[in-house]
Amino acid sequence: MITDQELDILINELYESYGYDFSGYSKASFKRRVDRLYQLDGFTNFQSFLSKIIDDSDYFSRMVEEITVNITEMFRDPHFYRILRTEILPVLATKPFIRIWHAGCSTGEEVYSVAILLKEANLLEKALLYATDISPPVLEVARKGVFPLRMMKQYSENYMASGGKKDFSHYYTANYGLAKFGEDLSSRMVFSQHNLVSDRSFNEFDLILCRNVLIYFDKELQERALHLFDDSLAKLGYLALGTKETIKFTSMQKRYKQLEKEKIWRKTH
Amino acid sequence: MEKDTLISNCKILIIGGSAGSLDVLIKILPHLDIPSFALVIVLHRKHTEDNTLEELIAAKSIIPLKEVEDKVEILPGYIYIAPSDYHLLFEKNNLLSLDTSEKVNYSRPSIDVAFESVADAYGKAVVGVLLSGANADGTDGLIAIKNAGGIIIVQQPETADMPFMPSHAVQNTSPDFIVDIPALLDLIKRINS
Repeated sequence: MITDQELDILINELYESYGYDFSGYSKASFKRRVDRLYQLDGFTNFQSFLSKIIDDSDYFSRMVEEITVNITEMFRDPHFYRILRTEILPVLATKPFIRIWHAGCSTGEEVYSVAILLKEANLLEKALLYATDISPPVLEVARKGVFPLRMMKQYSENYMASGGKKDFSHYYTANYGLAKFGEDLSSRMVFSQHNLVSDRSFNEFDLILCRNVLIYFDKELQERALHLFDDSLAKLGYLALGTKETIKFTSMQKRYKQLEKEKIWRKTH
Repeated sequence: MEKDTLISNCKILIIGGSAGSLDVLIKILPHLDIPSFALVIVLHRKHTEDNTLEELIAAKSIIPLKEVEDKVEILPGYIYIAPSDYHLLFEKNNLLSLDTSEKVNYSRPSIDVAFESVADAYGKAVVGVLLSGANADGTDGLIAIKNAGGIIIVQQPETADMPFMPSHAVQNTSPDFIVDIPALLDLIKRINS
């Protein structure tokens, strides 16, 4: 197992060599991810692992992809999507144009889920979904809108639990074990690389979703990311976090009103 | 078991279990006073959005339950329950972190993940308990706790509804104690006393 000291060396080297700053990541999970990769790729000493990362930029890119957690699913937490459908979209519907930011979108399952909700509310045509992630390879997957067919049973159940009334299989074409989602959905999406550690606000949004991303950050970096979202939200815009994340204890919370028990906050001023 | 049965300097008592383990907790919890350590419970549970497990445990114990959200502080005298569909991790600054990465042993929360993390953060101040269950989760975690200097306790397999999990641990680790439910209760009551 990698020691804390080796982890600090790695974090420093990654910053020096590539400009990526992981120092604000949660130590417990970052260490576990690095350790997992180290074992997975059969390294036996830290020095050779470190050299490989520093000398081989392709391996570095694999490292970023493996170290950031990219486990997600469509309509994860159906109740959350039900609230989006019934409480949030009707409010956004009154706007001439709807801008949504999926921060830390990973392989895109959430983006396609929200696009489906927008389509069913007849709002997709006037919406744009900006989807960003730190890792280019996962953005490439997201852009294609192709997911494993074996997951569709689960996603279809999630979709129905979220209040979906259609036949979920309408939304994709099945082929060779893959489900490709329609271009009517992806044509409203913009994918780009964005690092919550170092990049700035790039637009103003009516809804920002950042679910189960902040859990990988320490409190300081969480605060930074939350202020970035604050700067990027229009007045009366919504911020949606994961079910175990909160804006409590931050200085911005006084300007936000929580939707009852949901992990959704509305910017009041 | 002729060794000294008094466990001291415990900061975290962590209990892992799967099928059949909730019954054990329900038998033990009502008899515990507010402890001088934090009590962390990691059970394999269905991926549901409700809090029935939390409510059930809260109803059985006078020890207050702290809702586990990301980066909550871990304090002695409280119960913490690993939420459904997240791995539970321990930071070295006494905060809990959550993680949605791959399932381990088909489980999230995984007992191994929580045990390995608590061992790394708290070392010999950990007492780990593994209860009834039907898969191999928990064994590697107990090894990690033991290697870090902590104490490991396994439910006597014959007394478990599902003996596979404790048997697997007994065969692959060197538990400090292998106990039935009354003996487990007695051990826990005497921690730090």
